[in-house]
Amino acid sequence: MGILEVKGVNKRFGGLQALGDVNLSVQDQSCHAIIGPNGAGKSTLLNCLVGKLIPDSGSVMFDGQSVLGRAPHEINQMGISRVFQTPEIFADLTVLENVMIPCFAKRDGAFRMHAIESVGGEVELREKAEEMLREVRMLDKRHEHAGSLSRGDKRRLEMAMCLVQEPRLLLLDEPTAGMSRADTNSTIDLLKEIRDTRNITMCIIEHDMHVVFSLAQRITVLAQGTPLVEESPENIKGHPKVREAYLGEAQV
Amino acid sequence: MTDQTSSTSVTASRTRARGASTGFLGLGRRDAALFGVVIVMVVFAPIILNPFPVNSAMAQFNAGFPQLMQQFLIFGIFAIGFNILFGLTGYLSFGHAAFLGIGSYAGVWMFKLLGMNVLYAVTAATAIAGIFAVLIGYISLRRSGIYFSILTLAFAQMCYALALSVLSPITNGETMLQVTHNDPRVLGSAVGPDGGLPVPTLFGLEMRSTYTMDAGPWSFDFNLGYYFCGVFMILAFYLAIRIFRSPFGMMLRAVKSNQQRMRYTGLNPRPYTLAAFVISGMFAGFAGGLLVSMDPIAGTERMLWTRSGEVVLMTILGGTGTLIGPVLGAGFIKYLESILSKINSGILHSWFGFLPDGLEDFIVAIIYPFVGKGWHLTLGILFMLVVIFLPGGLVEGGTRIGRLFRRRKATDTSDTPAE
Repeated sequence: MGILEVKGVNKRFGGLQALGDVNLSVQDQSCHAIIGPNGAGKSTLLNCLVGKLIPDSGSVMFDGQSVLGRAPHEINQMGISRVFQTPEIFADLTVLENVMIPCFAKRDGAFRMHAIESVGGEVELREKAEEMLREVRMLDKRHEHAGSLSRGDKRRLEMAMCLVQEPRLLLLDEPTAGMSRADTNSTIDLLKEIRDTRNITMCIIEHDMHVVFSLAQRITVLAQGTPLVEESPENIKGHPKVREAYLGEAQV
Repeated sequence: MTDQTSSTSVTASRTRARGASTGFLGLGRRDAALFGVVIVMVVFAPIILNPFPVNSAMAQFNAGFPQLMQQFLIFGIFAIGFNILFGLTGYLSFGHAAFLGIGSYAGVWMFKLLGMNVLYAVTAATAIAGIFAVLIGYISLRRSGIYFSILTLAFAQMCYALALSVLSPITNGETMLQVTHNDPRVLGSAVGPDGGLPVPTLFGLEMRSTYTMDAGPWSFDFNLGYYFCGVFMILAFYLAIRIFRSPFGMMLRAVKSNQQRMRYTGLNPRPYTLAAFVISGMFAGFAGGLLVSMDPIAGTERMLWTRSGEVVLMTILGGTGTLIGPVLGAGFIKYLESILSKINSGILHSWFGFLPDGLEDFIVAIIYPFVGKGWHLTLGILFMLVVIFLPGGLVEGGTRIGRLFRRRKATDTSDTPAE
C-alpha cells in the first residue's frame, strides 16, 4: 500500500475524457514524478487529489482515508500541501507573515477566533517560521513584502510555507515552469535537499526532463488521460511506449 | 540584518512594532503612542476644536459644539468597524447603513419599552445588528468582489424599503420613530422630571447636560453625551488595534491577499470573513445606538444607500486599512458637511464685500455652488483629488509630510541614518 492510492479515476469535461481509469500508487517517502505531453491530464489529476475537482468515478485514498468530497482546506489539514505552477503566496504580507500563517493553520486548524492575542506574542511560532526561512536561505528577507521578491525567491517562499506545516505529501505542479536555468537549478537543489533530509513524500508534475531525472525515484507517464507506464527513471528513458507518446515533442 | 529595507509603500497598518515588545495594555510602542494621542484628542477636543473666540468672524469655523463632536465620534466608530471588514479583508460592503439603521431602531425601542438608560439602547442596538449581520453576511459572503457589494447593497435597500412600508408598525415609516408619553417604559417613567418627554440618561445623568466654560472671549462646551461617546470611541479604537495586530487580523489580510493560497494552507476563509462582517456590523449597530442615545429619534433615511456610501468615502478618504484613517475621514467629512452647508450667499457677500460690486457678485456666483446645499460638490472634488494624488488617504498625506520633515532633519544632521 502506498501513502497515496488512486484507483479507477475517471473525469470527463463535456465530450472530453480528461482522465480515463487512472490507477496510481505513490510509495511513502519517495519522490514520484508524473510526466506526459500537453493535455495528458496531469493537472486534472492533481486537481482531483487536492479537492479542486471531484472525479466522476474512482477513489483517491490518502493514508487510508478518502479525500474525495473534502474541501481543499480539509485535505491540507490531512497532511497534503501543494505548490502551484505560478507561486501562490500572500503578496501583500511580509515574508515572515507568509510563513507564520501556515504555522497558525497547522496549530489552530481551519478557523480560530484569536482576535485579542497579538501576533508579536507568538514567539514559538515565529521562531519556527524563522527557522524554516533560514533553511531555505531567506531569513534576511523576512521583513520584505512577499510581492516584491524575485520569481525564484517566491518559489522558495511558497516551498517554505508548505514545508513548515510538515506535510506528509507535497504535491508540486511544474515547480520550475517559466524559470531561468539558474533558478531551475537552485530549485532542484532545494527539492533534493528536502527529499533527502525530511520524512516526506513528493509527487511532482513536470515538463522539464532535466528536473524529473534529477529528482524522481519513480515515474508515471500519462498520455491522453491514461497511465502508460510506471517505471524507475533508468527504465523510462528508452521505453518504446514513452517514445511513442512523446514522438516529436521532446527527446526522452 | 537588513530590517530597514522594507520601508517602501508601507502603510501605517503594516509598520508594526518589531519584536514582541508588549508595553502599554498589550500594545506595541507605536500603537500605544497612537492610542495615547487619540485619548488626548478625545478628552481635549472641546477645547482644541474651538480655537476661535465666540464673537470673531472666524467663529463659524469652530467645530467644538456638542452635536458635531458627537457625530465625529459616532461616525468614527462606524468607520472603524467598516474598516475592519473593508480595510483588512478587502470586501467592500455597500450596505452598512442598514446596520446603523437597525441599531437606531433597536435603541429607540429600548427607550420605549425598557427605560431611558442609554446602556439598554446601545446593548440592544449592538446585539440586534449582530444578528442581522450574521444573516446578511452569511448570504452575501457567498460571492466576492463586485457581486458581494451588490448583494449587500440589495439587502440594505430591502431593509430601507421594508422599514418604509411593511414594517412601518415597528419603524413608524416616514414619520420616524420616537419616544412618546404613552410608551410602557417598564423600568423608567413616562414623563421626564420637567414634565416633558423623558431624555436619554446614564443612571440619571442626562446625555444633553453640558457645562460651558468661558475663558475670556472663548467659550468651551463640555457635554456629557460627547464624553459618553468618547469612552466608547476609545474602546472601539483599542479593540481595532488589538484586532489589527492579532493572528485573526493577519488572517483577514491573508483573505484580501490570496484566498486560493489560504485554502491550500488549510484555512477556511469563509468563517474569517463572516466574523469580520459581523464585527463590523456590530460596530455599525453600536454607532446607531449611540446616535439615538444623543437624539432619541430614528428615521428610515439612516438606512439609505447614500449613508452606506458615506462610510465608504470616510474610510477611503482617511486611509483604508490604517488604524486612524477612518476616524480622520469621518471627522473630515462631518466637519465639511456641518461647516460648508452653513455658508449661504449672505455670508459669502459679507466676506467679499470689500471687492468692487461686479467682481464681488462674480466671485460669490462662482463659489456659491460649492457651499450651502452644494457642499457635496466640494466633497466630491476633494475625494477625487485624494484618490488620484493620495491613494492612501489623509494618512498617506500625513506620512509624506512626516517623511519630508525627517529627511530635512536627516540632511541637517548629516550622517545619522534615517530609521
